Amino acid sequence: MDKDYSKELSVIEGKPSLATITHDISVPMETMPNKAFYIALSVTLTFLGIGAFCLILTFIYGIGLWGNNNPVGWAFDIVNFVFWIGIGHAGTLISAILFLFRQKWRTGIARFAEAMTIFAVMTAGLFPLIHVGRPWLDGYLLPHPNQHGLWVNFTSPLLWDVFAVSTYATVSLIFWYVGLIPDFATLRDRTTNNIKKLIYSVLSFGWRHSNRHWQHYEMVYLILAGFATPLVLSVHTIVSFDFAVSILPGWHTTIFPPYFVAGAVFSGFAMVQNALIFIRKVFKLEYIITLDTLEKMNKIMLLTGTIVGYAYGMEFFIAWYSGNPLELFTFVNRAFGDYAWAYWIMMTCNVFSPQLFWFKKLRRSIPFMFVVAIFVNVGMWFERFVIIVTSLSRDFLPSSWAYYKPTLIDGGILLGSFGLFFTLVLLFTKAMPVISIAEVKAVVDGSQPTHHGGHE
Amino acid sequence: MSKNLFAVAGLFNTPDEIIKASKAVNKQYKKFDVNTPYPVHGMDSAMGLKSSKLGYFALAFGLTGMLIALSLMTWVTTKEYPLVIGGKPFFSLPAFIPITFELTVLLASIGTVLSMIFIFFKLPNNSHPIHDTNYMKSVSNDKYGIYVLAEDDNFDAEKVKALFASLGAADISEILYNEDDLEEDVQVYQHFKIFDKKFVVGLLSIVVVVSGLAYYMLNKLFYMAPYNWMMTQSKVIPQAPVSDNFADGFPMRNPVEGTVAKGFMPYEYKGKPEEAEKNLINPSEVTPENLALGKIKFDIYCSPCHGYFGKGDSRLNGQFPNPPSLHSEKARNFKDGRIFHIITDGQNNVMPGYYKQLSRDDRWAVVNYVRVLQRSLNAKEEDLK
Repeated sequence: MDKDYSKELSVIEGKPSLATITHDISVPMETMPNKAFYIALSVTLTFLGIGAFCLILTFIYGIGLWGNNNPVGWAFDIVNFVFWIGIGHAGTLISAILFLFRQKWRTGIARFAEAMTIFAVMTAGLFPLIHVGRPWLDGYLLPHPNQHGLWVNFTSPLLWDVFAVSTYATVSLIFWYVGLIPDFATLRDRTTNNIKKLIYSVLSFGWRHSNRHWQHYEMVYLILAGFATPLVLSVHTIVSFDFAVSILPGWHTTIFPPYFVAGAVFSGFAMVQNALIFIRKVFKLEYIITLDTLEKMNKIMLLTGTIVGYAYGMEFFIAWYSGNPLELFTFVNRAFGDYAWAYWIMMTCNVFSPQLFWFKKLRRSIPFMFVVAIFVNVGMWFERFVIIVTSLSRDFLPSSWAYYKPTLIDGGILLGSFGLFFTLVLLFTKAMPVISIAEVKAVVDGSQPTHHGGHE
Repeated sequence: MSKNLFAVAGLFNTPDEIIKASKAVNKQYKKFDVNTPYPVHGMDSAMGLKSSKLGYFALAFGLTGMLIALSLMTWVTTKEYPLVIGGKPFFSLPAFIPITFELTVLLASIGTVLSMIFIFFKLPNNSHPIHDTNYMKSVSNDKYGIYVLAEDDNFDAEKVKALFASLGAADISEILYNEDDLEEDVQVYQHFKIFDKKFVVGLLSIVVVVSGLAYYMLNKLFYMAPYNWMMTQSKVIPQAPVSDNFADGFPMRNPVEGTVAKGFMPYEYKGKPEEAEKNLINPSEVTPENLALGKIKFDIYCSPCHGYFGKGDSRLNGQFPNPPSLHSEKARNFKDGRIFHIITDGQNNVMPGYYKQLSRDDRWAVVNYVRVLQRSLNAKEEDLK
């Protein structure tokens, strides 16, 4: 193949007119959903219903319905929390970090990934709230003057978590909304329905696409990207502090923050890639979410998957090199103990499966990448399970060692979390533009002034 | 209603043309604006705009967030609620850093975006004259537009139109507005029917639901006692009329008049030692277990005065009328019934009756043990064999 490497390739295939882009992205919001949508929605709503039912049972009878028991006090609830928070990280990485690196291919997928971030954080936030056992008292997690004269413990990683996750949710929402304002304005000017027009007018604040506004808008976007970049790194760092600041062997390691962040990006990209494969097909947006874009996402999964694999190896090395018999026991127990099955599922899915992306043919095959990304998410869920459950089930006191088994209620709540997440994703695809109209227009070939044209 | 001229607008097809047009317009006019469906590179310099000042806002908001976080945590941990946690100092800066960072980012992001929308953009503004014009609909889709405001000092509608035409505008139009619309903002109400019944009802129901939920959470859920159903569940309390068993609410009935509890038969020789000695017969068998019981009870209830061996030489000797020895001739000749009577009824106004502390069987066991003590000091001849 002859390629002209002196020119930057467009991230949008073909050279669609601006009107085509507006039209193609707006179509899902202007047409009634088809049968497939309702089938998908009924499946996710069923999952959500099962989860809600299990949660109601939990609220009535208490968390004794879960499998958690001494010494395994953290189990599915915290595993799911860390898993879903991790899913969210891909969105911010795509929208903020890749923006700072001027990666144009992010424009096609940023909006959808950001939406997934928000939904994933919403799903994740549910778990610590129900994990406390009495969710109606969750308000005490936030510092406020109260009649008991109580204040929160500002030096606890669990409280840092409260601040990190709520800040992350808020900033992601703002970032997402700022991106949506021009698109709402475009939709407002397209629609012929008065109620829609009212909604879009309110949501777009009366945006006029004025260049005197675009100037500040771009500055704010840059500032928000600058804030979101350290923020996204801090969130999973702080989540990992929940473990790393304790003194339990298997948790008490300094490698946790970078290892958790890499794992989060890893699983998040897998989830976004899975969903985008459907979106581009169903909404016929293959020319915006191109195969090249998916390939680039696979490369990031290969990179982060390798970092995660390195972390697994380094944990073992340090367990031996530290000369601490408790550490060594914990890690040998992980690989060959009662939970060896979970450990080897994690190793196969997370370390071996993404390595297949070294082959270009596999990296560009949609069915193959879809399966690998599912493996990655299974593996990443099991990673959190292995970290949390194996360390707790073999703590310092051999007399209290126990084997943790989840109950049906645990499984129902996990299923419900997937139901909640995908219900929100499905509703989003029909309610808002899944791709940023304004951003994509800006990266189409010929959308920016030529060097000669601008300077007479 | 007369329409006033707001501006003259031109639409262009390519980004090159709009850059050229805005440069040309910028030379002659001050009050103009460019509208493009996305930010076009190089437009800021073509329009002669200075760089955005929003960065300073972000800095100010960020520093405010940082200060709030640090001062709140310092005040709480050192003044308001000083608790030693894990031996750490009250003011523990490294442990404060995560929350300080989060609040810095939170406040900076919210503050910058809000100030952009409300201060820099002066939005929301849905009654701007360019809304709902063909011009607006084109620039939000695929055209590049520029307009010069009528209030510009050099404005002359014909000259502006000529300028646009010379620059190659695809479409040139006039943007008009009603004087009333701008002043009273009526246009937006008429158009969007904000006071439509359905909309108002919907808005009100949202307000009611949200405020109701907030009220319920803040005033009820926060003060809900944890797991209090043991206090409120249905149950019986012997002394309180709270049960449904009987009409008066008490869970049990009083026993029939004259009922005697098992083992609490009233003592019939009260104040009659001689009769007791004559009629009472020791019913207990002398076994090692029985004697052991007698020893335990004697040591607890009798020894404080009579001494562990019944000699009347206890630790209370001299502080109280001295108790008699149980080894006297008189005591040794008492029949079992008399000793039982003394234990039950007391004697001489000094020794109280012990029927409340000792059951009938206990008292007979003590009698047997007293006999053992007496026998130990005054053994019979056959005991020595």
